[in-house]
Amino acid sequence: MAQLGFYIDQARCIGCEACVIACKDKNDNPVGVNFRRVYSFEEGSFTEDKNGSFIQNIQSYFLSISCNHCDEPKCVENCPTTAMFKREEDGVVVVDQDKCVGCRYCEWNCPYGAPQYNEELGKMTKCDLCIDLLEKGERPACEGACPVRAIEIGPIDELRAKYGNVSEVKGLPTASITKPNLVINTHKDASE
Amino acid sequence: KPKAVAATQKDDEETIIPTCGTTNCGGRCLIKTHVKDGKIVRITTDDAEEDSLICPQIRACLRGRSYRKFVYNPNRLKYPMKRVGKRGEGKFERISWDEAIDTIYKETKRITDKYGPASRYSTYASGNWGGIASGRTMFKKLMALTGGYLGYHNTYSSAQTSNATPYTYGTGATGSSLDSLVNSKLIILWGHNPAETIFGTSNFYLKRAKEAGAKIYVVDPRYTNSGIGLADEWFPIRPTTDNALMDAMTYVILTEKLHDKDFLDKYCIGHDEDHMPENIPEGESLESYILGKKDGIEKTPEWAEKICGLPANKIRQLARDYAMAKPAALLQGYGPQRHMNGEQIVRGATVLASLTGNVGKNGGWASGQGGFSRTSVASVPQVENPLGITIPCFLWTDAVTHGTEMSADDGVRGLKDGETLPSNIKLIFNLAGNALLNQHGDINETAKILEDESLVEFIVVSDVFMTPSAKFADILLPSNTFFERHDIGLPWGYGDYAILSQKVSENLYESKSDYEWLTLLAEKMGVKDKFTEGKTEKDWARWVVEETKKQDPSFSTWEQMQKNGIHKWKFDKPTIGFEKQINDPENNPFPTPSGKIEIFSKDLWDMDNHEEIPAIPKHIAVGEGPESELTKKYPLQMIGWHYKRRCHSIHDNNPWMEEAGKQEMWVNEMDAQKRNLKDGDIAKVFNDRGVVQIPVKITNKIVPGVVAIPQGAWYTPNKDGIDTRGSINVLTTLKPSPLAKGNPQHTNLVEVEKI
Repeated sequence: MAQLGFYIDQARCIGCEACVIACKDKNDNPVGVNFRRVYSFEEGSFTEDKNGSFIQNIQSYFLSISCNHCDEPKCVENCPTTAMFKREEDGVVVVDQDKCVGCRYCEWNCPYGAPQYNEELGKMTKCDLCIDLLEKGERPACEGACPVRAIEIGPIDELRAKYGNVSEVKGLPTASITKPNLVINTHKDASE
Repeated sequence: KPKAVAATQKDDEETIIPTCGTTNCGGRCLIKTHVKDGKIVRITTDDAEEDSLICPQIRACLRGRSYRKFVYNPNRLKYPMKRVGKRGEGKFERISWDEAIDTIYKETKRITDKYGPASRYSTYASGNWGGIASGRTMFKKLMALTGGYLGYHNTYSSAQTSNATPYTYGTGATGSSLDSLVNSKLIILWGHNPAETIFGTSNFYLKRAKEAGAKIYVVDPRYTNSGIGLADEWFPIRPTTDNALMDAMTYVILTEKLHDKDFLDKYCIGHDEDHMPENIPEGESLESYILGKKDGIEKTPEWAEKICGLPANKIRQLARDYAMAKPAALLQGYGPQRHMNGEQIVRGATVLASLTGNVGKNGGWASGQGGFSRTSVASVPQVENPLGITIPCFLWTDAVTHGTEMSADDGVRGLKDGETLPSNIKLIFNLAGNALLNQHGDINETAKILEDESLVEFIVVSDVFMTPSAKFADILLPSNTFFERHDIGLPWGYGDYAILSQKVSENLYESKSDYEWLTLLAEKMGVKDKFTEGKTEKDWARWVVEETKKQDPSFSTWEQMQKNGIHKWKFDKPTIGFEKQINDPENNPFPTPSGKIEIFSKDLWDMDNHEEIPAIPKHIAVGEGPESELTKKYPLQMIGWHYKRRCHSIHDNNPWMEEAGKQEMWVNEMDAQKRNLKDGDIAKVFNDRGVVQIPVKITNKIVPGVVAIPQGAWYTPNKDGIDTRGSINVLTTLKPSPLAKGNPQHTNLVEVEKI
């Protein structure tokens, strides 16, 4: 099977976090553990005009992101116990919890904040792209949740053919660090 | 090689039972519960193969996805209780259901004997918005069967628009099906934020419209999530000044001759002096007002920019783009009408739609209330209230303190000329509602009224949690949730579907549905058979499905509804509001007195209160607005909004939702600097009505001079009576809007200080 990845239509994201909660519900994650996260960005300011009106140049956008199941995952590279690994069959990055000692080194190495420490387990947890659902022919939780249909999961080559090669937007680290399997349709305010 | 992970585990023992949330949520989505050993272990939503323009999936939003934390919240009310402390103090003692029902029965009888049936009232409550067997519905039936009750009209959501829109069009049903939006060239979301309110299927269709090439503008004091995800441009304005902007847009459209004169002359009255009702003095038409013929003020963009804060060039752009994009849809949300001048804002938009000939057009929009429905299910039979009297729902506190002085002038309906209410409210049933305190105006004043046991003598509350309203109960009953009962869920207008809200779990703890315990009460009152008609809630749900199928053979069977949860109707083309009236006006007059679109309403003129209730929509400066004297003391306008993480006040205690949307107040950078406020500081927000403490979020996504507190947080006073949670209604008023007698919950002036 080919490497899997995400398409995020950032231009249409309304920041609702249905994806975040659907993911939490699927994975039974407590407060503080979020395999998917939505970040909010804003820039610009208001200037008062002489007539009491306001001129503004406010820009704002959201970014929904989880693990990008990178080609060069720093979390895997730096895991001292080899608990963190990349599956050969689909390139999905997962944690073998039998091996994980909860040192959180992966968390420090991931530029996207993807690995999430679960205090109750004392171990790292993360997005596994809902491979259990994919195996059953169902859609991953976040994709099936999005009210504006802005998330798509599939073989990254197909997603790139359909949606292009953008994997960096304002507010995200450079793609050269880990080579993320991510395609973004950039929001008008998030172009570099 | 490391071993494979959880992915290979089999979940075969899970059963999937579809149901529907019946809280008063805009989405009314399909909730699929994954049940294992009697417990809901996961929630999914509509994953139907078809997800098309005429048949979209009805996906749940974050609120729907978080329901496990609602139904299994450890703080659920678990057994009936009676009050032991002072009323409102929140001290209760466990009792049996027998004692609870017996006490309710005796108190109801005592109060009815002493004050008559008009003293019995059930407050506006939408925590169970199910269509067939909610406490709201069943209270009416029980009381109607036993002598009557004081009813209400209006809602807390839409009073101004539901009352004002018909003065233009003769009806509030001004909407079109949303698939029409793909034909729009320009869509203006005017105070409309479906990304958070989840207004039916709006998000799906707005995205489709965008893909089809529509430009989208947002007019709003806040740069909303809808604005960020959908809009090409944000036009920030000060709250309550919408009509100044609309007046100036009208000025630009009229003076630049961008209006549709043929449309106006054919379908409208009141737009100019040649098209006025009889016996109206000269100078009262829309054109005369806009050109300042009578008051000497031309409603130019330069006049408006000082009031609304949007620069004149932006006003011109908005006016020209709206007038020249044909067709264009000006969609109003309900936020802008929950103002002291909210009726004007509604009618102002109907004028813009008429002026540009966008009424009755595919891809246009008539504006106003936007009510729409082209599908329905069979109605459960009701029993008529023998008293036939209703009050505006927002005025129930007036009906407690001086009901017997209230007449038609206060918006009371069903009284004869010169009559007043026969009794003050003495008995309150507050069933699945938080408008007894939290969602009503002026919490401090309302609490004082409720605490006085000589006013309301007995209060019954049923709820899932110990809400701020529940604390004022004399008898407090543990309600079940929709997961534990049957009902039917219908969307907020937009969406051609019905969902079976299906029982997934037995009642948790000692909880009961309102239907179940009201049946016990009905039995004591001797009307059980008439009350239930021999049916359980499940029987009624089945009855609705089967009756609907009799009228519409395409409707699903009961077995299909149990299995699929949802029935979707399909229409091959959009349904356009007022299409008949526009295409064939001779045979289809508008349902107004004149048969035309009434830009000037003679009915409003005849009310003879032209300053507050003008016959054409006008900018009216409100007592607590940017132009008022009070800004010297309280310089900031304070509004609320429907936050994505709550449905009104539901989910305020849901931990996943608190993480998704913290309770905090938006403050513009300029206003924060003046007050030395930093992001995350706890601020004190206050006016003459109360004090709220709340963390501050400094953001330029709100216009300067305005602060916004998301509505629905649970009032949590400290020992000094200062709310520490950020409950907006500590700062709102009990004074209603002039025409609708609606709640002006966003019209407030406050000051903010760092603590």
